[in-house]
Amino acid sequence: MSNAVIKRPSTLQGARLPKWSPYAIAAGSAAVAIGVGLAAGLDSRIQWGLIAAILFVGGSYVIAARVEGTRQAKDRLATSLVWVAFLLAVIPLVSLVWVTVARGVKVLDVYFLTHSMGVVADTEPGGGIYAAILGSLEQVGLATLIGAPIGVLTAIYLVEYGRGNLSRAITFFVDVMTGIPSIVAGLFILSLMLMLDLEPFGFAGSLALAILMMPVVVRSTEEMLKLVPNELREASLALGIPKWRTILKVVLPTSIGGITTGIMLAIARIAGETAPVLLLVWGNPFINSNPFEGAQASLPLYIYQQYANSAGSGAAYDRAWAASLTLIAFVMILNLGARGIARWKAPKTGR
Amino acid sequence: MAKRIDVSGLTAYYSAHKAIEDISMTVEPRSVTAFIGPSGCGKSTFLRTLNRMHEVTPGGRVEGKVLLDDEDLYGHGIDPVSVRREVGMVFQRPNPFPTMSIFDNVAAGLRLNGSYKKTELQDVVEKSLKGANLWNEVKDRLNKPGSGLSGGQQQRLCIARAIAVEPNVLLMDEPCSALDPISTLAIEDLIGELKERFTIVIVTHNMQQAARVSDRTAFFNLSAVGQPGKLIEIDDTERIFSNPSVQATEDYISGRFG
Repeated sequence: MSNAVIKRPSTLQGARLPKWSPYAIAAGSAAVAIGVGLAAGLDSRIQWGLIAAILFVGGSYVIAARVEGTRQAKDRLATSLVWVAFLLAVIPLVSLVWVTVARGVKVLDVYFLTHSMGVVADTEPGGGIYAAILGSLEQVGLATLIGAPIGVLTAIYLVEYGRGNLSRAITFFVDVMTGIPSIVAGLFILSLMLMLDLEPFGFAGSLALAILMMPVVVRSTEEMLKLVPNELREASLALGIPKWRTILKVVLPTSIGGITTGIMLAIARIAGETAPVLLLVWGNPFINSNPFEGAQASLPLYIYQQYANSAGSGAAYDRAWAASLTLIAFVMILNLGARGIARWKAPKTGR
Repeated sequence: MAKRIDVSGLTAYYSAHKAIEDISMTVEPRSVTAFIGPSGCGKSTFLRTLNRMHEVTPGGRVEGKVLLDDEDLYGHGIDPVSVRREVGMVFQRPNPFPTMSIFDNVAAGLRLNGSYKKTELQDVVEKSLKGANLWNEVKDRLNKPGSGLSGGQQQRLCIARAIAVEPNVLLMDEPCSALDPISTLAIEDLIGELKERFTIVIVTHNMQQAARVSDRTAFFNLSAVGQPGKLIEIDDTERIFSNPSVQATEDYISGRFG
């Protein structure tokens, strides 16, 4: 055998851009965009960013088309579009978190979390959000106790039992409910409250929040239950297991991760609702731990009221930011909890 | 334990569509009966009428009689849940419960029916897994999830799960169609052992398999697409494969159609 192997040109191998080329193109377009921005005196950074994005998308297409051919260029075009879209989506998120953290940590400390406004005027420094946290937890907790079971049971009915007109009607009304603005849910409960001649109290807010939560839970639970393969239901029924036990012991455990995630997301949604709380709970600078009597505070409402009653005072703004940060952290912890439960309960595939 | 099945004048529908028409046959206890026939001829539908799984499909309904020994499964006041405890089923694709361990999968039938003693459970699981020829492969990993097993092992797990509740009849809907030849052999051997204790009905597309495992064979056919499937003939397997009395059976078996 001779060592001199003649290398024939491969038909399967074409010219490829090096691995680092997307980064190089991105860096290049950013540099050009900064140059153009400075030269033309564009003072909006958004314009700079847009120029960079267009240059990056166009640049990767043109360069790839010259080196690799049009098919690969289209691939690179799609990839770079996805990346640009991803960045566009992430920038507002990151900037929101950044601003909230930067401004929120100023007054956020243990004192702030464990004390209430009490007699501290909104324009003065001091005070805290203990009453608001307590109110939020109670109202959202009660709303979840009402909304989540009803939502999950409705979804079970729709997927496992519902046939014909009743289930079609329920599906329709769930769709309609999904679109109810939160203020309308608040007004609905408010009308009941006025008819019964009641003063604002926390549980009224919970009822409105439960109305908002239910359709979200129904929808997500429905999707999760539909994902459970029919074969599992049949396998269970064929063992002579009654339908209700099949649902309880086979269908629900298989989908519990997704259902929990759906409930957590619904909680996250209602935890930030201000309008119904404003109408029904009113807010209260003092600690009221009884959700069934008297006005209560709540985090989103606290943020709104600190902002609205600040009279331009920096102290109130600081407290509003700190409360926002707390609210975001609360929702984040819920989401992480949901992830944890989903992973813990997910069908096991390990060998 | 094994019971005889007597079917007379059975017709099954999916809503308005008639899937099988006027089927009558007898399935002998402690024997293997194979159903063969082209796709869509209603073998599986018929099999599912034997433990009232057909009506689980929306729109599914049945006319006619299925006698298990002397009791009509479709008689007045019969609870389909109790029927399914007597007539177990193994499906085409292995479907272990993904949230349960191997042990729990086998114990599922007993546990979820609520009628068991804790001390018995261990024995039943071991016995069932041994019965399904799976014990030696899984005895050290009973607490691992059932979905981590190979396809053939999963199917044997499903068989163990089905026999753990001690049914009288075991229905198998193409149990080997998703398996390789070695796993298929394992399950065929298993069928040979199980027929000592159960009445077994097996649907198969593999005619060699029908010839290998069954004592009696039923041939189903349909006159045209959209027409209901019918039972053409049922006879001893040897006769069906050597000297069937109907021309269509011979054509199907010799590969002239289907």
